[in-house]
Amino acid sequence: MEVINIKGTDDTPNVILDKASGQFEISGRSLPEDVNQFYEQILDWIDAYANDPLDRTEFNFKLEYFNTASSKVILDILLKFEEIVENGKEVIIKWHYHEDEEDMLEAGEEYSDIVEIPFDYIVYTD
Amino acid sequence: MEKEKQGFLDFAYQMYKTMKTNEISLVYEGEVTQEITKTFTSLTEKSLSKSAESNAVQKKVFNVMVECLQNISKHADSLTDEDEERRGIVMVSKGDDSYNIITGNIIKNERVAGLQESLELINSLDKAGLSTLFKQQIKESTISEKGGAGLGLIDIAKKTGSKLTYQLKNSTSRCPFLS
Repeated sequence: MEVINIKGTDDTPNVILDKASGQFEISGRSLPEDVNQFYEQILDWIDAYANDPLDRTEFNFKLEYFNTASSKVILDILLKFEEIVENGKEVIIKWHYHEDEEDMLEAGEEYSDIVEIPFDYIVYTD
Repeated sequence: MEKEKQGFLDFAYQMYKTMKTNEISLVYEGEVTQEITKTFTSLTEKSLSKSAESNAVQKKVFNVMVECLQNISKHADSLTDEDEERRGIVMVSKGDDSYNIITGNIIKNERVAGLQESLELINSLDKAGLSTLFKQQIKESTISEKGGAGLGLIDIAKKTGSKLTYQLKNSTSRCPFLS
């Protein structure tokens, strides 16, 4: 599969989707004006990946900030991984949050209430 | 003529003093675009990072500003149908123990009842209730043509932990004010 490697800007996140190296990551900030436009290729990539996923996928979310429109798209991404879990493969969401940011931890907990995928919460400081 | 100019300078000075006294760091009236949103939020972010404010508060202020501004850029109506510009007013100030983020924009009469209903529902809920509403809404919503998910106001209430204060003014300035 092709590798998606998008550099973040002040309103869009870094995205790495690389099946060969097993790297799956969205990080930085996500508040684009048009979320559909930004995330379309990412959702398409995940759809294709879901047809032949790795036995174990570790997906890292290390977001510093995301707007509510992005929060909807993040749920869409998670729902696609939930299907992979339903098809018998292992998926783990690594949800990173800054130690000062309770809100980001809570956002992860809300997602894990909605989707049936195990979440690991990883606190970072810097 | 000279008197008029002096009067205007007096007014400007009064406004400056009012801004200082009330610790108003930003006032704007005009079109709200994504560029404006990015500029204002990064200005506020920079000034907050120089202050003694905790990271958590800085993030909350940034967060609420983005949602308020994107609400204007996605949902503001205008007084005439020909006018496509999404305008509003934006004001950020520091109170004794909180920040006030106030935005105002024109909204058509037919949308007022729906907005008011959402605001009343949000204001009637506690933290757990807001979280439940958010989870329900995020599952049911789809991204609209405008790029919204219908989650902004719920998110603002969640992040601030306070009620949304608003006013609806009739006629020429049909403005819901949120803070």
